[in-house]
Amino acid sequence: MPRSTPEIPNASMADIAFLLLTFFLMTTTVSSDKGLMILLPPPPEALPPDDVEIQERNLFKIQINSSDKLLVEGEPWVATPRLLTDKIKVFILNNGQDATSSDNPQKAIVSLKADRGTTHKMFVEILDAVQAAYHEIYAERAGVSVKDWREISSDPGNSQHPEWKEIYDKGRGVRPDGSVEIPQALSIAEPSKVGG
Amino acid sequence: MSKFKKKVQTKQEIPTSSMPDVVFMLLFFFMVTTKMRETSINVEQRMPQATQLKKLAKKSLVAYLYIGAPKKAEQFGVEPKIQANDAFIETKGIIQWVNFEKSKQNEFDRDAITVSLKVDNLAKRGLIADVETELRRANARRILYSANQRIEKN
Repeated sequence: MPRSTPEIPNASMADIAFLLLTFFLMTTTVSSDKGLMILLPPPPEALPPDDVEIQERNLFKIQINSSDKLLVEGEPWVATPRLLTDKIKVFILNNGQDATSSDNPQKAIVSLKADRGTTHKMFVEILDAVQAAYHEIYAERAGVSVKDWREISSDPGNSQHPEWKEIYDKGRGVRPDGSVEIPQALSIAEPSKVGG
Repeated sequence: MSKFKKKVQTKQEIPTSSMPDVVFMLLFFFMVTTKMRETSINVEQRMPQATQLKKLAKKSLVAYLYIGAPKKAEQFGVEPKIQANDAFIETKGIIQWVNFEKSKQNEFDRDAITVSLKVDNLAKRGLIADVETELRRANARRILYSANQRIEKN
């Protein structure tokens, strides 16, 4: 009679593994560190007193009130954010053609002013529209898709992609002296205190 | 006629002996990639949607601020609050918090820190502007408004 070989029953191993797998699957949170990136200006105390006059034509004013209603260049805005993006693009790339719009992209400033009562949702939506305008202009000049441009511009000094720096400079139009042809001039003003 | 008789002798079973191996492989993948959340978030977090999202290049150089209405309204009220590392902080405490977060980083990287603002949809702009002013004072000027990808309908 042959001796029975000692064995650990391993039929349930798959079940145990599945149980553990399910646990990790459910507790895993895919971290989504995505969002709209902006660079804040230096602290208010460190800023020089603003005696620089900005011409009205070089300023694209967007205002949002406490009930999330928009005022674009002094007119109520009811159209979609997509149309706002197009309008901003026209404003930036005006180059003095229209006497009421910007002189050149270097001088053009988009001013975004909200109220203290504006919701974050609305603010992000409009900030998104403004950034879309700039990203589309840059991407077109650099000859890449907008999606690629966003990836490149979030890390232009990437060591794995040395060519990104060149594309990044081309999109923004960096001159030999270091100045930028189309700076992303977005001014987020201190919110107004009273709803309106 | 036996020449044309079909032989049906193939096994009809899927071999399951390698299933534990496959499952273990998946298990190890998730075990390695899982990062347990260190803080439990005590404020409402309904992220706004946007299209022009950017990814953070260096994930280690990020500090998170959660802003929204407290989940326990009966205890903390309904006004949006700022949460940093498990505790609610006031706008005054932000500079101190930034310095603490910076001290965790290498000296070389300290000024490259990005503050990710995870702000609830319904939080008001006023509070966020106050937070931003403090961040400017604390010299943590790179910020990210956390948002989800908007699915564009054409």
